[in-house]
Amino acid sequence: MSIEFGIDSFGDLPRGADGNVVSHAQAIRYVVDEAVLADQVGIDVVALGEHHRPEYSISSPETVLAGIATKTSRIRLASGVTVLSSDDPVRVFQRFATVDALSNGRAEVILGRGSFTESFPLFGYDLKDYEILFEEKIDLFHKLLDETPVSWKGTTRAALDQADVFPKTQSGRLTTWVGVGGSPQSVVRTARYGFRLMLAIIGGQPARFAPYVDLYRRATEQFGTAALPVGMHSPGFVADTDEEARELFYPGYREIRDRIGALRGWPPLRRAEFDADVATGSLYVGSPETVARKMADAIQALDVGRFDLIYSAAGTVDAGARLHAVELYGTKVIPMVRDLLSSGKLASRG
Amino acid sequence: MAPTKIRTVGILGAGKVGTVLARLAISAGYEVLIAGSGDPEKIALTIDVLAPGAVPAWPAQAARHADLVILALPLSKYRSLPIDEMAGKLVVDAMNYWWETDGERTDLADPETPTSQIIQTFLPTSRVVKAFNHMGYHDLDEQARPSGQAGRKAIAVAGTERADIETVEGFVESMGFDPVLAGSLVDSRKLQPGWPAFGANLSAGELRRLLELGPADRPR
Ligand SMILES: NC(=O)c1ccc[n+]([C@@H]2O[C@H](COP(=O)([O-])OP(=O)(O)OC[C@H]3O[C@@H](n4cnc5c(N)ncnc54)[C@H](OP(=O)(O)O)[C@@H]3O)[C@@H](O)[C@H]2O)c1
Repeated sequence: MSIEFGIDSFGDLPRGADGNVVSHAQAIRYVVDEAVLADQVGIDVVALGEHHRPEYSISSPETVLAGIATKTSRIRLASGVTVLSSDDPVRVFQRFATVDALSNGRAEVILGRGSFTESFPLFGYDLKDYEILFEEKIDLFHKLLDETPVSWKGTTRAALDQADVFPKTQSGRLTTWVGVGGSPQSVVRTARYGFRLMLAIIGGQPARFAPYVDLYRRATEQFGTAALPVGMHSPGFVADTDEEARELFYPGYREIRDRIGALRGWPPLRRAEFDADVATGSLYVGSPETVARKMADAIQALDVGRFDLIYSAAGTVDAGARLHAVELYGTKVIPMVRDLLSSGKLASRG
Repeated sequence: MAPTKIRTVGILGAGKVGTVLARLAISAGYEVLIAGSGDPEKIALTIDVLAPGAVPAWPAQAARHADLVILALPLSKYRSLPIDEMAGKLVVDAMNYWWETDGERTDLADPETPTSQIIQTFLPTSRVVKAFNHMGYHDLDEQARPSGQAGRKAIAVAGTERADIETVEGFVESMGFDPVLAGSLVDSRKLQPGWPAFGANLSAGELRRLLELGPADRPR
């Protein structure tokens, strides 16, 4: 199976050359620069995640993707994720169909519930409807993908009666994934609709998720939907040496982790936990060799067809170091992973 | 009161935590019934893949046949629990108030009333003991190991009756963790989000130390 490699960003605000954290506007322009470089160095996909928090600049991934679309030629353009629960499926379809037009068919949608909830009050939704909002909207989105007039009725938005939605895509169908964090019900639902499964693996040992891949495949068999390749996305960072990567990544990562942890009642991150996650957990931080080996192990253990690295998880890291990480990922890590996977150099697993 | 003999475990909730606990309970040799919010048909495939050996059931069925019932559903859904079938039973509450999925609920967020007490009040004749709530589901899955093995992690237990606490301590032990007594149901707030022990994936000694701290003392 040929493996695809992507990079994910939430548009974190890095530090500029003067050492200060840059503005949201500048952070967005950096993301465009990084995507342009990614296009040049052979990275397959750039995925931008929707957030509504001060530490992230991307609240409208499609708008940034549109900017990237006209400056690149081969890289595919995805969200990661689009918070469908608090959006309108019709508008989501239209925006991605527009990016698809601008990019000559390179748009992809990754739908999800998001790992944050700010979008609910912002757009006038109630958290108590968390389940039903996603359930209904994914159903409508699924119908829209056929690109024929849609009739639909639910409780979370106005009904549609033979509504035709534009623009149509040139290929006739937008590639659609669902990002899932570890809920078995979500895995089964994704299989039921015949969407691709993107596993968000942000903690724990990657191999632990193998049963979810199995569940997806068995569920697609049961529902008679296509068994499409499964993807995974995990945070990480690449620098010239292991030491440099860890020291560049840790401060910004910890800052965000602790800020979010405080909202959820977690105690602060400890360095030992971080080091353990780098060693055996789900942080892909290190030199190109280290990151490549770890990625190849995870790809093999989970039998996934796509790996997206959330490189922006380094938070307020130096912007130059972040651009360099993208370059190393494209020029070194990806070829090494391909080589490891094809040459059987990995420890064999019984 | 003598400790309860546990043969059958009924798990209410077949999500991230429920399926992990089901797998551990099967490995520990218990009979396991597990339920989602409704028809067992809906979770059959999931259970077959993620917790083979566990039997999908309706919530009321799982509760009725169990010697010990584990609550692994969203806390905000507690009013849908099968009260009658849980009457008199030992109940392990693994739930947390998680506003991001439960929604903002002032009734569940009162710092003076631990959520396990709310559950105890709702299930007046059941014997509620809190356990397994403080550890993330992937840590629960990865860290279970035989008694005495190096690096074994601890699960805190809080409850009212001595005999029930002992039963649950024995159950925790059989599931692959060292039990640590956290105190009464009033003390169970120390296991809730916002307290130092919340999220703990630590040895018994380290967990005991965190249980002595107040909500604001968060050591790095
Ligand atoms: N995630 C963690 O790491 C973690 C760790 C420790 C404790 N906890 C706590 O454990 C509980 C479950 O969390 P989770 O992450 O496993 O959630 P989850 O993945 O969303 O799963 C929730 C499960 O509860 C079921 N459910 C809903 N209403 C029910 C009812 N009335 N009776 C029986 N089952 C019902 C759901 O079934 P349907 O799909 O049919 O609705 C689903 O199977 C929460 O209270 C959480 O705070 C979570």
